[in-house]
Amino acid sequence: MLASDGAAIPIAGGTDLLVHWPVRVDAHDRTYMDLSRLDALKPFSWTRDELTLGALTTYWDVIQDPRAREELPLLVDAARQVGAIQIQARGTWAGNIVNASPAADGVPVLMAYDAVVVLESRRGREEVPLDRFYSGYKQMKRRPDQLVVEIRIPCRRYSYQVFEKVGARRAQAIAKVGLAVTHSGAGWRVVAASVAPTIRRCPAVERLLETGTPIASPEGLLPAIAQDVAPIDDIRSSAQYRTRVMARLLYHDLRDVWGKRE
Amino acid sequence: MLRPYGKRMPTISISFTLNGSPVTIEIDPTHRLLDTLRYQLALTGTKEGCGEGECGACTVYLDGLPVNSCLIPTYQVRGRQVATVESLDPGGLEPFERCGATQCGACTPGVVMAAWWIREHPELLGTHTVRELMAGNLCRCTGYDGIVDSVAEALRETGSGKRET
Repeated sequence: MLASDGAAIPIAGGTDLLVHWPVRVDAHDRTYMDLSRLDALKPFSWTRDELTLGALTTYWDVIQDPRAREELPLLVDAARQVGAIQIQARGTWAGNIVNASPAADGVPVLMAYDAVVVLESRRGREEVPLDRFYSGYKQMKRRPDQLVVEIRIPCRRYSYQVFEKVGARRAQAIAKVGLAVTHSGAGWRVVAASVAPTIRRCPAVERLLETGTPIASPEGLLPAIAQDVAPIDDIRSSAQYRTRVMARLLYHDLRDVWGKRE
Repeated sequence: MLRPYGKRMPTISISFTLNGSPVTIEIDPTHRLLDTLRYQLALTGTKEGCGEGECGACTVYLDGLPVNSCLIPTYQVRGRQVATVESLDPGGLEPFERCGATQCGACTPGVVMAAWWIREHPELLGTHTVRELMAGNLCRCTGYDGIVDSVAEALRETGSGKRET
Protein backbone atom coordinates (compact mmCIF):
# COMPACT_ATOMS: atom_id res chain seq x y z
CA MET A 1 0.00 0.00 0.00
CA LEU A 2 2.83 2.37 0.83
CA ALA A 3 4.42 1.37 -2.41
CA SER A 4 1.31 2.18 -4.42
CA ASP A 5 1.49 5.92 -4.39
CA GLY A 6 3.21 6.94 -1.20
CA ALA A 7 0.16 8.95 -0.22
CA ALA A 8 -1.01 6.69 2.58
CA ILE A 9 -0.22 7.82 6.10
CA PRO A 10 0.70 5.06 8.53
CA ILE A 11 -1.26 5.35 11.79
CA ALA A 12 -0.49 3.57 15.06
CA GLY A 13 -1.42 5.27 18.34
CA GLY A 14 -3.03 8.27 16.68
CA THR A 15 -1.91 10.64 19.45
CA ASP A 16 -0.59 13.15 16.91
CA LEU A 17 -2.76 12.41 13.89
CA LEU A 18 -6.10 12.73 15.68
CA VAL A 19 -5.47 15.96 17.57
CA HIS A 20 -8.46 18.29 16.94
CA TRP A 21 -9.70 15.77 14.39
CA PRO A 22 -13.31 16.99 13.94
CA VAL A 23 -12.25 20.42 12.68
CA ARG A 24 -9.45 19.13 10.46
CA VAL A 25 -11.81 18.15 7.65
CA ASP A 26 -9.02 17.99 5.05
CA ALA A 27 -7.35 15.23 7.04
CA HIS A 28 -10.50 13.10 6.74
CA ASP A 29 -10.00 12.63 3.02
CA ARG A 30 -6.47 11.30 3.32
CA THR A 31 -5.70 7.60 3.15
CA TYR A 32 -4.50 6.01 6.37
CA MET A 33 -2.85 2.68 6.79
CA ASP A 34 -3.74 1.22 10.19
CA LEU A 35 -0.70 -0.54 11.64
CA SER A 36 -2.32 -1.42 14.94
CA ARG A 37 -3.18 -4.99 14.00
CA LEU A 38 0.13 -5.90 12.39
CA ASP A 39 1.57 -8.38 14.87
CA ALA A 40 4.91 -8.36 13.08
CA LEU A 41 5.46 -4.80 14.28
CA LYS A 42 4.77 -5.59 17.92
CA PRO A 43 7.85 -7.39 19.23
CA PHE A 44 9.74 -5.68 21.98
CA SER A 45 12.77 -7.84 22.53
CA TRP A 46 16.12 -7.97 24.25
CA THR A 47 19.21 -9.85 23.27
CA ARG A 48 22.42 -9.79 25.26
CA ASP A 49 23.62 -6.63 23.56
CA GLU A 50 20.60 -4.98 21.99
CA LEU A 51 17.07 -3.81 22.67
CA THR A 52 14.70 -3.85 19.70
CA LEU A 53 11.56 -1.77 19.85
CA GLY A 54 8.93 -2.86 17.33
CA ALA A 55 7.22 -0.05 15.48
CA LEU A 56 4.17 -0.49 17.72
CA THR A 57 6.05 -0.43 21.02
CA THR A 58 4.42 2.19 23.24
CA TYR A 59 5.90 4.35 25.97
CA TRP A 60 3.94 2.32 28.51
CA ASP A 61 5.46 -0.95 27.22
CA VAL A 62 8.89 0.45 28.07
CA ILE A 63 7.85 2.01 31.40
CA GLN A 64 6.60 -1.41 32.50
CA ASP A 65 9.81 -3.22 31.53
CA PRO A 66 12.14 -3.89 34.49
CA ARG A 67 15.18 -4.43 32.27
CA ALA A 68 14.67 -1.09 30.52
CA ARG A 69 14.54 0.58 33.93
CA GLU A 70 17.82 -1.10 34.82
CA GLU A 71 19.85 -0.86 31.61
CA LEU A 72 18.42 2.02 29.58
CA PRO A 73 16.78 4.15 32.27
CA LEU A 74 16.59 7.31 30.19
CA LEU A 75 14.01 5.58 27.99
CA VAL A 76 11.80 5.18 31.06
CA ASP A 77 12.53 8.71 32.33
CA ALA A 78 11.55 10.22 28.99
CA ALA A 79 8.52 7.95 28.50
CA ARG A 80 7.14 9.00 31.87
CA GLN A 81 7.30 12.63 30.77
CA VAL A 82 5.35 12.14 27.57
CA GLY A 83 1.83 13.49 28.19
CA ALA A 84 0.39 11.24 30.88
CA ILE A 85 -0.74 7.61 31.11
CA GLN A 86 -3.49 8.01 28.49
CA ILE A 87 -0.90 9.14 25.93
CA GLN A 88 1.84 6.79 27.16
CA ALA A 89 -0.52 3.84 26.66
CA ARG A 90 -1.05 4.73 22.99
CA GLY A 91 1.90 6.74 21.71
CA THR A 92 4.70 4.81 20.02
CA TRP A 93 8.44 5.43 19.87
CA ALA A 94 8.38 5.02 16.10
CA GLY A 95 5.58 7.59 15.88
CA ASN A 96 7.65 10.00 17.95
CA ILE A 97 10.51 9.58 15.46
CA VAL A 98 8.48 10.09 12.28
CA ASN A 99 6.37 12.92 13.68
CA ALA A 100 9.77 14.64 13.67
CA SER A 101 8.88 17.29 16.21
CA PRO A 102 11.89 19.29 17.35
CA ALA A 103 10.33 19.09 20.83
CA ALA A 104 9.95 15.29 20.94
CA ASP A 105 10.62 13.60 24.29
CA GLY A 106 11.42 10.10 23.08
CA VAL A 107 13.83 11.00 20.29
CA PRO A 108 16.53 12.69 22.43
CA VAL A 109 17.05 9.67 24.66
CA LEU A 110 17.01 7.27 21.71
CA MET A 111 19.64 9.43 20.00
CA ALA A 112 21.76 9.61 23.15
CA TYR A 113 21.72 5.80 23.19
CA ASP A 114 22.82 5.62 19.51
CA ALA A 115 19.53 4.13 18.32
CA VAL A 116 19.24 2.95 14.73
CA VAL A 117 16.02 3.34 12.74
CA VAL A 118 15.14 0.33 10.61
CA LEU A 119 13.09 1.19 7.52
CA GLU A 120 11.45 -1.27 5.22
CA SER A 121 9.80 -1.05 1.84
CA ARG A 122 9.26 -3.40 -1.06
CA ARG A 123 12.68 -2.31 -2.23
CA GLY A 124 14.30 -3.72 0.88
CA ARG A 125 15.54 -2.88 4.31
CA GLU A 126 17.60 0.10 5.32
CA GLU A 127 19.17 1.07 8.63
CA VAL A 128 19.76 4.72 9.45
CA PRO A 129 21.42 5.89 12.67
CA LEU A 130 18.92 8.21 14.36
CA ASP A 131 21.49 11.00 14.65
CA ARG A 132 21.62 11.09 10.84
CA PHE A 133 17.88 10.62 10.28
CA TYR A 134 16.76 14.26 10.24
CA SER A 135 17.85 16.72 7.59
CA GLY A 136 15.74 19.77 8.48
CA TYR A 137 12.50 20.83 10.12
CA LYS A 138 10.16 17.84 9.73
CA GLN A 139 12.52 16.52 7.04
CA MET A 140 13.82 13.00 7.40
CA LYS A 141 15.45 10.15 5.55
CA ARG A 142 12.25 8.19 5.21
CA ARG A 143 10.80 7.86 1.74
CA PRO A 144 6.99 7.83 1.59
CA ASP A 145 7.07 4.14 0.64
CA GLN A 146 9.17 3.24 3.67
CA LEU A 147 7.83 2.20 7.03
CA VAL A 148 9.76 2.34 10.29
CA VAL A 149 9.58 -1.30 11.38
CA GLU A 150 12.06 -1.34 14.25
CA ILE A 151 14.27 0.77 16.44
CA ARG A 152 17.47 -0.91 17.59
CA ILE A 153 19.35 0.27 20.66
CA PRO A 154 22.75 -1.13 21.63
CA CYS A 155 23.21 -2.14 25.27
CA ARG A 156 26.31 -0.48 26.69
CA ARG A 157 27.68 0.25 30.09
CA TYR A 158 26.97 3.89 30.84
CA SER A 159 29.07 5.82 33.33
CA TYR A 160 26.84 8.87 33.01
CA GLN A 161 23.29 9.40 31.80
CA VAL A 162 20.66 12.06 32.35
CA PHE A 163 17.45 13.27 30.71
CA GLU A 164 16.09 16.73 31.36
CA LYS A 165 12.82 18.22 30.19
CA VAL A 166 11.86 21.77 30.98
CA GLY A 167 8.20 22.50 30.28
CA ALA A 168 5.50 24.80 31.55
CA ARG A 169 4.34 22.12 33.98
CA ARG A 170 5.37 18.64 34.94
CA ALA A 171 2.82 16.63 32.96
CA GLN A 172 1.03 17.22 29.67
CA ALA A 173 3.60 19.79 28.58
CA ILE A 174 5.64 20.19 25.44
CA ALA A 175 9.34 20.80 26.08
CA LYS A 176 10.77 24.33 26.02
CA VAL A 177 14.19 22.70 26.34
CA GLY A 178 15.08 19.02 26.40
CA LEU A 179 18.43 17.41 26.96
CA ALA A 180 19.77 13.85 26.99
CA VAL A 181 23.40 13.22 27.89
CA THR A 182 25.18 9.88 28.06
CA HIS A 183 28.75 8.68 28.45
CA SER A 184 29.94 5.19 27.59
CA GLY A 185 32.91 3.51 25.97
CA ALA A 186 31.63 5.01 22.72
CA GLY A 187 32.14 8.52 24.11
CA TRP A 188 29.90 11.41 25.08
CA ARG A 189 26.51 12.01 23.51
CA VAL A 190 24.82 15.34 24.10
CA VAL A 191 21.40 15.63 22.46
CA ALA A 192 19.25 18.74 22.61
CA ALA A 193 15.51 19.18 21.96
CA SER A 194 13.41 22.27 21.24
CA VAL A 195 16.46 24.40 20.45
CA ALA A 196 16.87 23.70 16.72
CA PRO A 197 14.71 22.69 13.73
CA THR A 198 15.31 19.06 14.65
CA ILE A 199 16.40 17.08 17.66
CA ARG A 200 20.16 17.04 17.25
CA ARG A 201 23.46 16.07 18.75
CA CYS A 202 25.72 18.86 19.97
CA PRO A 203 29.20 18.05 18.62
CA ALA A 204 30.86 21.20 19.99
CA VAL A 205 29.64 20.48 23.52
CA GLU A 206 30.57 16.81 23.12
CA ARG A 207 34.09 17.89 22.10
CA LEU A 208 34.45 19.99 25.28
CA LEU A 209 33.60 16.89 27.28
CA GLU A 210 35.88 14.58 25.29
CA THR A 211 38.86 16.92 25.59
CA GLY A 212 38.29 17.74 29.23
CA THR A 213 38.13 21.48 28.56
CA PRO A 214 37.67 23.31 31.88
CA ILE A 215 34.35 25.13 32.08
CA ALA A 216 33.88 27.44 35.07
CA SER A 217 30.32 28.70 34.58
CA PRO A 218 27.22 28.19 32.44
CA GLU A 219 28.34 31.17 30.34
CA GLY A 220 31.50 29.25 29.48
CA LEU A 221 29.33 26.88 27.46
CA LEU A 222 27.63 29.53 25.35
CA PRO A 223 30.13 29.56 22.44
CA ALA A 224 29.81 25.80 22.00
CA ILE A 225 26.04 25.95 22.37
CA ALA A 226 25.90 28.68 19.71
CA GLN A 227 27.73 26.37 17.30
CA ASP A 228 25.45 23.44 18.00
CA VAL A 229 21.90 24.78 18.16
CA ALA A 230 19.69 27.56 16.76
CA PRO A 231 16.81 28.25 19.14
CA ILE A 232 13.91 30.48 18.12
CA ASP A 233 11.19 32.54 19.80
CA ASP A 234 7.84 30.77 19.57
CA ILE A 235 4.62 30.27 21.51
CA ARG A 236 6.32 28.16 24.14
CA SER A 237 9.47 30.09 24.90
CA SER A 238 12.13 32.52 23.69
CA ALA A 239 15.49 31.84 22.08
CA GLN A 240 17.26 33.65 24.92
CA TYR A 241 15.52 31.64 27.62
CA ARG A 242 16.18 28.38 25.82
CA THR A 243 19.88 29.11 25.42
CA ARG A 244 20.30 30.11 29.06
CA VAL A 245 18.40 27.11 30.35
CA MET A 246 20.37 24.76 28.14
CA ALA A 247 23.66 26.23 29.38
CA ARG A 248 22.61 25.97 33.01
CA LEU A 249 21.30 22.43 32.69
CA LEU A 250 24.50 21.30 30.99
CA TYR A 251 26.72 23.11 33.46
CA HIS A 252 24.98 21.97 36.61
CA ASP A 253 24.22 18.41 35.56
CA LEU A 254 27.83 17.90 34.51
CA ARG A 255 29.54 20.06 37.10
CA ASP A 256 31.61 17.16 38.38
CA VAL A 257 32.78 16.41 34.86
CA TRP A 258 33.76 19.74 33.32
CA GLY A 259 37.51 19.94 33.00
CA LYS A 260 38.07 16.24 33.66
CA ARG A 261 39.35 14.18 30.78
CA GLU A 262 37.44 10.92 30.59
CA MET B 1 -27.53 9.61 15.21
CA LEU B 2 -24.22 10.15 13.47
CA ARG B 3 -22.37 13.35 13.95
CA PRO B 4 -21.66 14.66 10.46
CA TYR B 5 -18.05 15.48 9.60
CA GLY B 6 -18.10 17.07 6.18
CA LYS B 7 -18.99 14.47 3.62
CA ARG B 8 -20.22 11.05 4.66
CA MET B 9 -17.88 8.14 3.96
CA PRO B 10 -19.00 4.59 3.14
CA THR B 11 -19.48 2.78 6.43
CA ILE B 12 -17.45 -0.19 7.63
CA SER B 13 -18.58 -2.96 9.93
CA ILE B 14 -16.60 -3.66 13.09
CA SER B 15 -16.98 -5.96 16.09
CA PHE B 16 -15.51 -5.41 19.51
CA THR B 17 -16.29 -5.97 23.17
CA LEU B 18 -17.95 -3.06 24.93
CA ASN B 19 -18.38 -3.12 28.69
CA GLY B 20 -18.16 -6.90 28.62
CA SER B 21 -20.64 -7.52 25.79
CA PRO B 22 -19.93 -8.15 22.12
CA VAL B 23 -21.11 -5.46 19.71
CA THR B 24 -21.09 -5.27 15.92
CA ILE B 25 -21.81 -1.91 14.36
CA GLU B 26 -21.50 0.00 11.12
CA ILE B 27 -19.24 2.99 11.57
CA ASP B 28 -18.18 6.00 9.59
CA PRO B 29 -14.42 5.49 9.17
CA THR B 30 -13.78 9.11 10.13
CA HIS B 31 -15.35 8.71 13.54
CA ARG B 32 -13.34 8.69 16.71
CA LEU B 33 -14.15 6.19 19.44
CA LEU B 34 -15.52 9.13 21.43
CA ASP B 35 -18.01 9.95 18.65
CA THR B 36 -19.08 6.34 18.26
CA LEU B 37 -19.66 5.92 21.99
CA ARG B 38 -21.58 9.13 22.47
CA TYR B 39 -23.51 9.62 19.25
CA GLN B 40 -24.00 6.11 17.99
CA LEU B 41 -24.09 3.94 21.11
CA ALA B 42 -25.64 6.62 23.38
CA LEU B 43 -23.00 6.11 26.06
CA THR B 44 -22.79 9.77 26.98
CA GLY B 45 -20.90 9.27 30.24
CA THR B 46 -17.68 9.73 28.25
CA LYS B 47 -17.21 13.49 27.75
CA GLU B 48 -15.39 15.55 25.18
CA GLY B 49 -13.18 18.23 26.68
CA CYS B 50 -10.19 19.47 24.73
CA GLY B 51 -10.24 17.10 21.76
CA GLU B 52 -6.45 16.94 21.78
CA GLY B 53 -5.59 14.32 24.39
CA GLU B 54 -4.76 16.71 27.15
CA CYS B 55 -7.72 16.93 29.55
CA GLY B 56 -8.63 13.26 30.00
CA ALA B 57 -12.42 13.87 30.14
CA CYS B 58 -12.89 11.26 27.40
CA THR B 59 -10.88 8.53 29.18
CA VAL B 60 -11.99 4.96 28.50
CA TYR B 61 -10.15 1.65 28.89
CA LEU B 62 -8.78 -0.05 25.80
CA ASP B 63 -7.64 -3.57 26.62
CA GLY B 64 -7.50 -2.47 30.23
CA LEU B 65 -5.39 0.67 29.85
CA PRO B 66 -6.74 4.21 30.21
CA VAL B 67 -6.68 6.04 26.87
CA ASN B 68 -8.13 9.22 25.38
CA SER B 69 -11.08 8.17 23.22
CA CYS B 70 -10.80 11.48 21.31
CA LEU B 71 -7.52 10.25 19.78
CA ILE B 72 -8.64 6.79 18.69
CA PRO B 73 -10.15 6.10 15.27
CA THR B 74 -13.03 3.71 15.98
CA TYR B 75 -11.81 1.23 13.38
CA GLN B 76 -8.79 0.56 15.60
CA VAL B 77 -10.90 -1.06 18.34
CA ARG B 78 -12.04 -3.98 16.23
CA GLY B 79 -11.49 -7.21 18.14
CA ARG B 80 -10.48 -5.32 21.27
CA GLN B 81 -11.97 -4.66 24.71
CA VAL B 82 -13.43 -1.22 25.38
CA ALA B 83 -14.85 -0.19 28.75
CA THR B 84 -16.51 3.12 29.58
CA VAL B 85 -17.45 4.88 32.80
CA GLU B 86 -20.88 3.22 32.54
CA SER B 87 -19.20 -0.12 33.35
CA LEU B 88 -18.07 0.95 36.82
CA ASP B 89 -19.89 -0.01 40.00
CA PRO B 90 -21.53 3.19 41.27
CA GLY B 91 -21.09 1.94 44.84
CA GLY B 92 -17.33 2.05 44.37
CA LEU B 93 -17.48 5.80 43.79
CA GLU B 94 -18.56 6.58 47.32
CA PRO B 95 -15.06 7.71 48.46
CA PHE B 96 -15.25 10.32 45.72
CA GLU B 97 -18.30 11.92 47.23
CA ARG B 98 -16.95 11.65 50.74
CA CYS B 99 -13.62 13.34 49.95
CA GLY B 100 -15.12 16.20 47.97
CA ALA B 101 -13.50 14.94 44.77
CA THR B 102 -16.25 16.33 42.57
CA GLN B 103 -16.99 20.02 42.08
CA CYS B 104 -18.41 21.17 38.75
CA GLY B 105 -18.27 17.58 37.47
CA ALA B 106 -16.98 18.22 33.96
CA CYS B 107 -13.79 16.23 34.49
CA THR B 108 -15.38 13.66 36.77
CA PRO B 109 -16.10 10.77 34.37
CA GLY B 110 -12.50 10.79 33.15
CA VAL B 111 -11.10 11.32 36.64
CA VAL B 112 -13.14 8.40 37.92
CA MET B 113 -11.82 6.17 35.13
CA ALA B 114 -8.20 7.00 35.97
CA ALA B 115 -8.82 6.69 39.72
CA TRP B 116 -10.57 3.35 39.31
CA TRP B 117 -7.69 2.05 37.23
CA ILE B 118 -5.24 2.93 40.00
CA ARG B 119 -7.50 1.24 42.53
CA GLU B 120 -7.47 -1.92 40.40
CA HIS B 121 -3.68 -1.77 39.94
CA PRO B 122 -2.19 -0.75 43.29
CA GLU B 123 1.12 -2.34 42.28
CA LEU B 124 1.69 0.73 40.10
CA LEU B 125 2.20 2.73 43.27
CA GLY B 126 5.53 0.94 43.68
CA THR B 127 6.91 3.10 40.88
CA HIS B 128 4.39 5.93 40.48
CA THR B 129 2.56 8.38 42.72
CA VAL B 130 -1.20 8.84 42.49
CA ARG B 131 -0.55 12.37 41.21
CA GLU B 132 1.61 11.15 38.35
CA LEU B 133 -0.96 8.54 37.37
CA MET B 134 -3.72 11.17 37.51
CA ALA B 135 -1.72 13.76 35.57
CA GLY B 136 -3.67 13.08 32.39
CA ASN B 137 -6.91 14.34 33.92
CA LEU B 138 -7.27 18.07 34.24
CA CYS B 139 -9.73 19.56 36.73
CA ARG B 140 -10.44 23.21 36.08
CA CYS B 141 -11.91 23.60 39.57
CA THR B 142 -8.38 22.51 40.62
CA GLY B 143 -9.86 20.08 43.12
CA TYR B 144 -6.81 17.83 42.94
CA ASP B 145 -6.33 17.29 46.66
CA GLY B 146 -9.85 15.90 47.04
CA ILE B 147 -9.30 13.64 44.04
CA VAL B 148 -5.97 12.30 45.33
CA ASP B 149 -7.43 11.83 48.83
CA SER B 150 -10.35 9.85 47.44
CA VAL B 151 -7.99 7.51 45.58
CA ALA B 152 -5.99 6.96 48.77
CA GLU B 153 -9.21 6.26 50.66
CA ALA B 154 -10.51 3.88 48.00
CA LEU B 155 -7.21 1.98 48.15
CA ARG B 156 -7.48 1.72 51.94
CA GLU B 157 -11.05 0.47 51.74
CA THR B 158 -10.18 -2.25 49.27
CA GLY B 159 -7.23 -3.40 51.40
CA SER B 160 -4.63 -1.69 49.19
CA GLY B 161 -6.89 -2.60 46.32
CA LYS B 162 -6.15 -6.31 46.69
CA ARG B 163 -9.64 -7.48 45.91
CA GLU B 164 -10.62 -11.09 45.41
CA THR B 165 -11.86 -10.46 41.88
